[in-house]
This record gives sequence, C-alpha cells and structure tokens, in this order.
Amino acid sequence: MASEQRKVAMTGNEAVANALRQIDPDVVAAYPITPQTDIVQYFSQFVSDGQVKTEFVTVESEHSAMSATVGASAAGARAMTATSSQGLALMWEMLHIASSYRLPIVMPVVNRALSGPINIHCDHSDTMGSLTTGWIQIYSESAQEAYDNVIQAVRIAEHPDVLLPVMVCQDGFITSHGIENLEILADEDVKQFVGEYKPSNYLLNIKEPVTFGPLALQDYYTEFKVQQAEAMANAKKVILEVAEEYAKLSGRKYGLFEGYRLDDAERVIVVLSSTAGTTKAVVDELRSKGQKVGLLKPRVIRPFPAEELVDALSGAKAVAVMDRAETFSTQGGQIFTELRAAFYYAKERPLMRNYIFGLGGRDTTTREIHKVFSDLENDLERGHVEKLVTHLDVRE
Amino acid sequence: MTGLKGYKDIPIGGVITEAGNSVQYKTGDWRSMRPDWIPEGCVHCLMCWVFCPEAAIKVENGKMTGIDYDHCKGCGICARECPRKEKALRMVRES
Ligand code: SF4
Ligand code: SF4
Repeated sequence: MASEQRKVAMTGNEAVANALRQIDPDVVAAYPITPQTDIVQYFSQFVSDGQVKTEFVTVESEHSAMSATVGASAAGARAMTATSSQGLALMWEMLHIASSYRLPIVMPVVNRALSGPINIHCDHSDTMGSLTTGWIQIYSESAQEAYDNVIQAVRIAEHPDVLLPVMVCQDGFITSHGIENLEILADEDVKQFVGEYKPSNYLLNIKEPVTFGPLALQDYYTEFKVQQAEAMANAKKVILEVAEEYAKLSGRKYGLFEGYRLDDAERVIVVLSSTAGTTKAVVDELRSKGQKVGLLKPRVIRPFPAEELVDALSGAKAVAVMDRAETFSTQGGQIFTELRAAFYYAKERPLMRNYIFGLGGRDTTTREIHKVFSDLENDLERGHVEKLVTHLDVRE
Repeated sequence: MTGLKGYKDIPIGGVITEAGNSVQYKTGDWRSMRPDWIPEGCVHCLMCWVFCPEAAIKVENGKMTGIDYDHCKGCGICARECPRKEKALRMVRES
C-alpha cells in the first residue's frame, strides 16, 4: 500500500530534481554552468546534504556529461544527467552512442530554443533536432507530469524489452521556472517503484568480462540498427504497462497521448507540453458555447504512436497541428509531418494544417489558440485548408 | 555475406561477450604488401615479434617460425625493424 503523497509547491526543475533525489541514481554527470538548468543545481545540494548516495561528476562540457554518463551506465551504474538547449546540441554525437550501446540512461531536458539569434527561452528546437538519435522522448505539460514522467522513465528505459535511453522534456521557463502545486510520492514508494537496477552485461562484472563499442561495418551495422528499431517498437507497450502500474501507485493516469474533450470533437488542436494547458482553457470556453472542439496532447513522440493518434482523431473534421520548432523543410513542423503521413492510409482524413508557434519563447496565449480554432472553422466552411503551414503571431 | 548471424542472434548493443575474440577478426585481407621471411637469413632476434602490432609473428621455443597471414595486415614494421633487413624479411607485393 502506497504511503500518502505530499502536496508541495515547486517549479518544474525542483520537481524533477526531487524525482532524481528519490530515484537516487548511482551516478549523475552534468555540466554545471549555463545552459544547464537548476535541476542539477538542486540535485548537487541533495548530494552535499547527504540525501542521496549518488556519485556526482561535474564535467567540462555536455559532450563530456553524456560521455561520462555513457561510461557509468556501461560500467553497470544507474546513470543520469540533465540538459537543455545548446547543451543537448553539444551532446548530439554521444546521444547516438548511448542509444546504440542500449544504455537505459534517463535525461530530463528543459526545452529551450537553439541559437541563433541567441535566445534562452522555450521552444522545442533542441529535442526536435534529436528525434533521430534513438532516444525515447516523453513530453510533459506541467511540473507534475515532468515529475511523474521521470520516475516512469527509469522503468521504461531499463525494461529488458526496451533498454533505450529516455529524454523527459518540459517547457523551459513556463514549466521549469513556474511554481505549481503538485503531489510527490513518498521516498520509499519511488524507491520501490524504480527498484534496483540489474544490468545484464556491464563492464564492472569481472566474472563475465565484456567489451562495449565494437566495430560493425557492412556485415553487422544494419542488424544492430534493426535491434534498436525493434526495441523502440516494444517501448510502446512497455510505456503503457509502466503507466498502468504507476497509476495504481499515484492515482495519476498516463498514456501515449492525452485526449481532452476529444470524443465528439470536430475541430482539434494537436500540441505538446505546456501549450496544451492553454488550449484546454480555450476548449472549455468554446465548449460552454456549444462548439465541438477538443485537444490531443501527444505525450510520447519516440516511438511515434501513429496508429493510436490516427484512431483518436478519426472523428475529427479539421485538425491543427502546432509545432514549437521549425524544420525548414517548408512542409511544416515535425509533429505535423509525421501525423499527416500517418493518415496516408486512413479511410477518413480530416483537413489538416500546421502552425509553427512560440519560437524563442514567444508567448502563446488563449488569444492565439482562439485564432487557430477559428481558422479551422473557416477551413471547414471553405472545404479545404487556406494555408498548409502558418507561422502563428508573426509581424510582417 | 554468408555465414553471418541474424539480428536476433547477436548480443544487443554490439556488446562483445567473449574475451579475446579479436582473433576471429581476420585482418589479412587488408594487405597490399606482404612480409616474406627468409629462414636462412634469420638470426631469431625476435625484433619483428616485439614490433608487430597484430601479433602475427609466429614463435615457438624462442625461435621465429613464420607469419600468420590471416592477421598480418602488411604494415611492414617487421621488415623495417629487422636488423638483417632484406636477408631475413622483405616486403613483396601481394599478387
Ligand atoms: S627481426 Fe629479422 S632476424 Fe630477427 S627474428 Fe625477425 S626476421 Fe629474424
Ligand atoms: S607486416 Fe606488419 S602485421 Fe604483418 S607481420 Fe609484419 S609487422 Fe606484423
């Protein structure tokens, strides 16, 4: 039986740092200066205060942070790090090493814009740029979700059918620095939920010596990539199983996505993270006026839950996908492109258009969300979309 | 590419689970030049054995006995270090 949860007021970063404290990983390697967030600052305090047993390694760059985390994980440790923005960009090479070695590293990421121009505020260009690195990606709307997702991520990553690293994303400043009320589990419940990490092959097992990082050329490289792709496909089921178990412990339910007033919705906005909260307010307002609108908030983007999203949107007539990062493909953002492709073989295809929004932290308020819903209404009257890709709230 | 294992039969993440299995990795076909050993000229000083980066010099009872061409990659270090030079070890083009 789970102990009572504690109601606390915390920023998203504090909430995630507390999740890390409760997980008490063996090793945390992190770059301690900007673009790092105060997740590791709070965590270093826990280390100094003796609240965790973690070996805390401060390194000279994020490339080194990920390298040290990879090394620790390969050695057999439960290893974590955290980053944001340029830091994630600097890790890029090592992200592939982590996923290809099949190391279950969990990394909270605070989504912030990539330079240039120099910007420190929220958008998703950092993690959207790492979609092809073989990491599972989970997005959080609130501090509560970020906290819950980090704890679940440990179990997802370490599941024998998965063994892939996981990024747990939250919106920079909006969530990471905004204080909210949330519930945190008792320390012993988290400890029990994540359990002890038991790697099967690891470097410090001197009884069965192994080597990581082989050469695999034309003969075997493809086979290793297929293994990774299969693990990613397995992750969908594992994410749902872990969510179910977590719901029993916490009372909070998670899926591959969240549908909000979606059942009979004709006009739907698809958007990740904190903007989903803003959209919920607009949905409620328009629903009170009798308008059939809804929200679909993807939680998991890698693996991309194509069938589930198509199924959830099967009743919709017009869909606006909102991406908080440019791809410069001129064909829209990443979520839009993937969701639109997922509909290719669907019997019923809603009108679908894309908005690139909130770049570099530009505020997206209920006003902009109202505009998107009204654009969808006009599209329905017109019978086709007015414009495939729109940059929302731009001065000409 | 025959005789290779499928993706379900290889350790995940490319982890090498057997120690010392690099012997299975034949580097001999990288060669464009091969060392040719002339036993009559050899004084068995084993300088070639000391310097060979591939452990491709075969030695028995303290005597040089030949070259393991499965693993010799033809770098020529042995021939360069051999004090007897052309009399004991010379590099010849692979046919
Ligand atoms: S270095 Fe030359 S002389 Fe010495 S053992 Fe080798 S082949 Fe013989
Ligand atoms: S050519 Fe190079 S690899 Fe071959 S035996 Fe000589 S030193 Fe060793």
